[in-house]
Order: sequence, then structure tokens, then C-alpha cells
Amino acid sequence: MDVECLVIGAGPAGSMAARELAARGIETVVIEKRQEIGAPKRCAEGVSKHGLEKLGIEIHKLGISRVIKGAALYSPSGKKVVMEGHDMDGYVLERKVFEKHLASEAIKEGARYMIKTQAVRMERENGRWNVGIRSLDGDDEIRAKLVIGADGVESKVGRWAGLKTLNRLTDYHSGIQFEMAGVNADENYIHLFFGNDVAPLGYAWIFPKAFSSNVGLGILEKGAKMRAYDYLKKFIEEHDDIFKNASPIEINSGGVPVAHFTGMVSEGVMLVGDAAQLVNPIHGGGITRAMHSSIMAAEVAGHALKEDDLSRERLEEYEKKWNDEYEETTSKLMKLRGFLEKLEDKDFEMLADMLEGEDIFKLTQAKLSFFVKKLIKKPSLLGLATKYLKE
Amino acid sequence: MIKVDKERCMHCGGCVGLCPVDALTLSETELTVSDNCNECMICVKFCPVGALGV
Repeated sequence: MDVECLVIGAGPAGSMAARELAARGIETVVIEKRQEIGAPKRCAEGVSKHGLEKLGIEIHKLGISRVIKGAALYSPSGKKVVMEGHDMDGYVLERKVFEKHLASEAIKEGARYMIKTQAVRMERENGRWNVGIRSLDGDDEIRAKLVIGADGVESKVGRWAGLKTLNRLTDYHSGIQFEMAGVNADENYIHLFFGNDVAPLGYAWIFPKAFSSNVGLGILEKGAKMRAYDYLKKFIEEHDDIFKNASPIEINSGGVPVAHFTGMVSEGVMLVGDAAQLVNPIHGGGITRAMHSSIMAAEVAGHALKEDDLSRERLEEYEKKWNDEYEETTSKLMKLRGFLEKLEDKDFEMLADMLEGEDIFKLTQAKLSFFVKKLIKKPSLLGLATKYLKE
Repeated sequence: MIKVDKERCMHCGGCVGLCPVDALTLSETELTVSDNCNECMICVKFCPVGALGV
């Protein structure tokens, strides 16, 4: 089969790319290796309402499991800081419904989907990519002018195209989650728990859904004394008030790339979403960034296909657009991450006393200078602040 | 070569993105290890549920 564009992976990045490409009249085929789009999730399902509005993305109401009005953060000793206000409004999604809806939107625009269909190899020939696929119908080949790699953290497309998509263990969260029913926590907020015995170099979370909650954590191996799964069991045991009547109804795991190293384009190839490591390095959220990358990629791909120029140089416009919008924020958030990774539990206690919810929101927006001014007054953190956060 | 405990593996593919020699592949519900594996142990250190070992 010959197509203009082949999208590999039907998560939020892949389906958004497919919708945007098909809407431009580009012949688009999407392949997804799993037998069901959207499951199993590898995600806590939270998105910021504000972030989606900025991109003009509307989520189908059936894809929203709960509306959230803020976040409650807990220090290791349990001190609570609440973040709320217009900018903190958010949704906890039902990924399976959300992603199937996105796929249906792409199909409405004219994209064709093939599920339980895996890409097994990819070679360059006569200015096209020959992609070997395996499905219930046997082995076949798709020849595409453009391949969009939306194949997630385990991206093979990037590797086949010669891009350095390899993740580093030092910048890659090991994540585990129980979706639980019977959780006793304020369901208007997401709850985030910090501490080096809770979730080393990461955090634990409770994200309330319609009749259950995603309860999970992400850790960095370099700070960990045991597996993510063991930390999660410990977290649940130590919060009897929250979990004494709760039981899991689903278990999820996954890797979260919290740093961006890879190139995003090659000859006739563009990477989007997790495949391109486009995740917020502070909180590990990736859905909105993934969809934004696909909107940008499709715009550039539309022009490039019309000009019949799918060279790396032409497609680099996409990477440039991305960097113009996100590079500065991402590098500041990486600095902040470097700083936070050095903190001991007593420092988290100090921060919990020192910071208001609004301050923490500013930090997540990569506004760091006010924070440095506050830290300079704390002799114990002055050294770290100077080392990691100074411009 | 790394061994996969099929009863424990969650098929999340997190390990695949870390393999420096591209020895790991996830096919929906089967994680396979190729001869490229040099037992660098990165995937073993990552696995959230301890499904990988030598």
C-alpha cells in the first residue's frame, strides 16, 4: 500500500497528528499495535484546562472523568499547601474514551486506522519509507512519503530513522499506579506527596476520577532503595486514613521521559509526543505537549508535502517551532528539577512553610527569579540555589 | 541475556526506551529480548515491578 503519510501509534499524539493531517486533505493511515486504542493507560490522566484552552483543544465530555479545581501538596511530615484558582482548573480524563474520541475525530476527517497492527521494520528506498507491518491479516508493507513516529517511550521509529531517542535512566521516571475504588481524599483536588522516603526524586499522587482514583508514584532509580511498586505499597500502608477501605481495580506502570535530548526530525520522519521526549520535566505531564507537538508537526508536514520536499532541512521547521515555544521553559524547569533533586526532607519542610500555592504555580510556569530571592534568605539553601538556579 | 518474568511483566514498554543496544521489543503483550543484549542491567534497574533479571 502506498500512502502520503503513515502515523505509527494512536495515542493522543498520533491521533491529533492524524486529525490535523487528514483535515488538510493529506492521505493518512494510522497503525496501532495494541488491540484497543487508549488501553492500558500508562498515565495518571490529569490535564490542565487552561493548557488545553490555549491550544483550542476541546475534550469530549464523556472523556472527562472528573473536573478538578486545584492541587494539594504535602510535605514529608504532612504539611499541606493548596494551589487553586482559574489557572489550576483541570480534568482527570478517562484515557480510553478520550483517545477513542480523538481517533474518531481523525477518522471523521478522512484518516484510516488499523489496530493490532505493529510496525516491525522501516527502510528508506527511492525517497520513501517502506514500513513492514504485522497484523491479523498477516505481514504486509506500507510505503509512505512521510512517517510520523507517535510510538511513545518505546519508539522504534526514531531509532530506525537514526535519531538518538535513547532515554537515560537518570532522566526517566519509573512509574507505577493503582486505579483504586474506595479512596478517602477530597475529590475536588489532585493530591501530591513529596519526600525521599515517599517517592525518591519524584512524587506520589492521588488523582480522583468519577468513582475511583489514580493512586501512583514516579521515582528516579538513582535515589531509590527499592522498586516503584514497593514504594507504592508502602505509601498506601502509611496512609490508612485515605486507603483503609480502598482496593485496586486496575494496575498500570510505565516510563516517563523527564528530559528532552532527541532530535525530532529526519528525512521523511517526524517524531511527536513521548517518542520525542516532550514531557514537562517537573511534573511529568505529557498529554498537552504531545498534542501540541502534533499540531505543529502537521502544519509543517502540510506545507512540506505540498512542496514535495520532505528533506530533514524542510522538516526542521517543526523542531524550530517547538524549540521557539518550549526550549526556554523546558531548560528552566530542568534547572529547577536539578535543584529539587538535591533537597532533603527537611528542605521540603522549609519550602512548605515558605511557599504559597501561587508561588508553586509560578514555579511550574518556569518563573524562578522570585524563588531565588526567597531562597537567598535561607542560608542552608543558598549554595544549592546559586549552583542550580542562577541565570 | 536478560530474562523476562512473563507473569510479572506489565507490558508497559518503559524498559524498551532505555535499552542502549535496541535489544528489547514490546509486541502488545510480549516483551522480547534479542541477542544484542549485553546485560547492562539498565532495564532491570528501571522495571517498576521487578519483571526483569539475569
